[in-house]
Amino acid sequence: MAGKNQAISTPTVGLFVTCLVDLIRPSVGFAAVKLLEEAGCRVEVPQSQTCCGQPAYNSGDKSDARALALNTIAAFEGFDYVVAPSGSCAGMLKHHYPELLGDDPETAERANKFAQKVYELISFLVDVREMKAVSAAFEANTTYHDSCAGLRELGIKKQPRELLASVKGLTLTEMDEAEICCGFGGTFSIKYPDISNAIVEKKTGNITASKTTCLLAGDLGCLMNMAGKLSREGKRVEVRHVAEVLAGMTDTPAIGQGDEGTQ
Amino acid sequence: MKPVSHAFKDNAKQALADEPLRRALGGIKHGFVANRAKARAKLPEFERLRDEARAVKEHTLAHLDLYLEAYEKKVTETGGHVHWAATAADARAAILQICQAAGAKTVTKGKSMVGEEIAINEHLEAAGITPVETDLGEYLIQLRHEPPSHIIAPAIHLNKGQVEADFRREHTDLPDNRVLEEPAQLVAEARAVLRKQFLAADVGITGANLLIAETGTSVIVTNEGNGDLTQCLPRIHVVITSIEKMVPTLEDANTILRVLARSATGQECSTYTTFSTGPKRDGDPDGPDEYHVVVLDNGRSEMLGGQFHDMLRCIRCGACMNHCPVYGAIGGHAYGWVYPGPMGAVLTPSLIGIDEAGNLPNASTFCGRCEAVCPMRIPLPKMMRHWREREYEKGNTPAFYKLSLKAWAYAAKNPRLYQTLTGLLIPLLARFGSKGRFRSLPLASGWTRYRDLPAPQGKTFQQLWRAKEMRS
Amino acid sequence: MNASNTRESVLGSIRGSLRVTGDDAARVDAVRKRLKAPSPNLVPERANVRGEESIALLTEMLEGQSAHVSRAKTLDEIPKLVANYLRKNNLPAEFRTGSDGLLADIPWGKATSLTHHLGRGQGDDAVAVSRARTAAAETGTLFLTSGPENPTTLNFLPDTHIVVIQAKDILGSYEDGWNAIRKIYGKRPLPRAVNLISGPSRTADIEQIIVMGAHGPRRLHVIIAG
Repeated sequence: MAGKNQAISTPTVGLFVTCLVDLIRPSVGFAAVKLLEEAGCRVEVPQSQTCCGQPAYNSGDKSDARALALNTIAAFEGFDYVVAPSGSCAGMLKHHYPELLGDDPETAERANKFAQKVYELISFLVDVREMKAVSAAFEANTTYHDSCAGLRELGIKKQPRELLASVKGLTLTEMDEAEICCGFGGTFSIKYPDISNAIVEKKTGNITASKTTCLLAGDLGCLMNMAGKLSREGKRVEVRHVAEVLAGMTDTPAIGQGDEGTQ
Repeated sequence: MKPVSHAFKDNAKQALADEPLRRALGGIKHGFVANRAKARAKLPEFERLRDEARAVKEHTLAHLDLYLEAYEKKVTETGGHVHWAATAADARAAILQICQAAGAKTVTKGKSMVGEEIAINEHLEAAGITPVETDLGEYLIQLRHEPPSHIIAPAIHLNKGQVEADFRREHTDLPDNRVLEEPAQLVAEARAVLRKQFLAADVGITGANLLIAETGTSVIVTNEGNGDLTQCLPRIHVVITSIEKMVPTLEDANTILRVLARSATGQECSTYTTFSTGPKRDGDPDGPDEYHVVVLDNGRSEMLGGQFHDMLRCIRCGACMNHCPVYGAIGGHAYGWVYPGPMGAVLTPSLIGIDEAGNLPNASTFCGRCEAVCPMRIPLPKMMRHWREREYEKGNTPAFYKLSLKAWAYAAKNPRLYQTLTGLLIPLLARFGSKGRFRSLPLASGWTRYRDLPAPQGKTFQQLWRAKEMRS
Repeated sequence: MNASNTRESVLGSIRGSLRVTGDDAARVDAVRKRLKAPSPNLVPERANVRGEESIALLTEMLEGQSAHVSRAKTLDEIPKLVANYLRKNNLPAEFRTGSDGLLADIPWGKATSLTHHLGRGQGDDAVAVSRARTAAAETGTLFLTSGPENPTTLNFLPDTHIVVIQAKDILGSYEDGWNAIRKIYGKRPLPRAVNLISGPSRTADIEQIIVMGAHGPRRLHVIIAG
């Protein structure tokens, strides 16, 4: 597959920003653009993209989910690839759109064609663009949380670790149960806050037990959940999206941290 | 038992405040989960065996009517009786009739989830027959009048102190000064108490992990040997089982057995796997005079070929709940009926209705770990989502939640409106979250009760990107 | 609803959901073929052992499941092995067996201290000796069949269970084991019970701590003869 993909020397990538990155943490979007450009891609950001529809889909609202899926597909139809800095949203586009739109042969075909072009950012860089190293530096002892959809729907495990190993000054210490859910689960965290809290408590326990000072992951939803819990517990762990570190864009305050008066 | 699944949220809250329960659940990681991983690593063919096991069940389900007929024929040929039960009430009636015809006073029971499903114990008790659970875990919860909290480790929520207190309360003919500190002492006491029951019982009821059409055989898998004493000592052996336990041949049973114990407890195989075919034969010095199999449908046949078809492949190993972060936080009782965890979240609404059990398929983060470990490759999250769709169609979704969702979807379906609205609201919100986070926020109290909410950085990515494009 | 109506309603519901009929020739044929000539699915490579290899694997697996295994070159050695095992574990020097021919051929009188009882298991038996008809080395699993030769109650009531198996009966896979059982029983149905035993009784139902001897034997001692 890599060979075939390499045939396109300068592919045009449509960046699926994801709602959370768009609204909460644009710096992740700019980090993604930088990494994609370093990997030899031309990046465009269609303005007509909104939400992938996952909240509706996972709440049983199929008709809105379908409409949003078709909106996303329409926004990205002209690109060689569609890349998202999130395993959860990429999983939705790649695996769930074909299922959601599978009833009608016409939409099914569009969804399948679309799905083949979709990748999560880090796995795209490593698996498709065969990126082996980045030029960033980041002095920190980090640990990495494997977000569920990325890990189990898209098989993302080695790719971020491979690239992180090339970041100057960075060490990575694996925490216990890195592959276990942080309790975010999208709307789950709002519908079942008590259970969600019990799960994220275990996660922050594992993070602090790893004696690292920086937590990385590839999904902003999970990161906001863990960062929010860590700061509520008064634990001083810097939380960042892995793309920011790989792109060398760590001058912004970490997730959930203010400017501390530097503005 | 009467389901309390509708009270899931309250049940969960109680469970979260139960410290001994949380300690007990914490042990699953070093036990079942670690052992499964080891067993899987020791068998290079494990993943392929999962595919084969799935194929065996899929073939069986596609021909289930014919295999049931073939099975029934073999059971009859070997001197056994098959009783068909369309509903739980049919099954209860059939079992009671067998027990009454035998003049039974005491019935020993091996562990059976179908037995729990049809609430056979209550039914027998009401008719003056004493059921005695003999699986240690089942015995422990019977003493407490509790349902199981796990499908293979029914008393996983209890600690030895609780067991000691129950034994001292119930086993009143034993000396008060006996020592019951260690699990070994507790097990020895239960063994002695239950040994008498085994020898006295008139009828033994077991479940079945598998039914084999080729030979008319029912199979049980245990580590204690209680299921064997339950079936080889009394005059009558009753198997309570359900239609989807069928496999065609002994070879097919082998395939399922190779993934069952490894997925469940992480053992290479269970200590005892017993293949029972008919009553005792001429000249046999032991074994039951009568062998009855009660085959329950209870809604399963309607699941065939539909959205929940895949659930019928379930072999009740419990791997899904052992690996579930939600189960790991709240345990099994919160689910409010017989089947907890991810498999319960799918099966329970099928059996007792989505109105009662609506919370169950919602209470999942869709982390996918259940599907990843399911030996039968059942797409559990997908089927939970199907239940959510049905709930949504029925209008069971809570009103405020639905309204918020609708508003969001309305905006998201209109990109221009969406960009305008988010472009106005997000920078505003960012100003209030000047420390980078909110400690509390109206409409997000569920979140901020327990954790801070990271604030937006400032403008949206779309705003910044357009501005950048304008500049260049 | 009466019994035959219930039967028809369950089968009818299955057929309705599957959108099939019970007399579809292709379906009937598929089922008949599968039942008439059972064929193995994937068998793990580990089970592909014979002779001494299978004995070694069986031993390793059984010991891994807390069973005790010893080897007797001939039947003559067995009485002394049993007597020593019982003495070492402070057990009474008596045991019970069924009428199995192989067990009857063992010269029990060679260990004069041993008392040999016959018959089905009793509630207070301390020790029983049974014969396994075959074994699958892949998981250290012994196949015992019910009947007067080896009453099932002997497998579960005593505190200590001693199982004798001939070396030539130890095979690799479950499939091998079942084929051996099928050969013994020919066209007859399976015996009432085939007990696959892979270790002594145990439970982990209290705090997930393993305790031996939950209801069945606390000790399993396997003697490989030959």
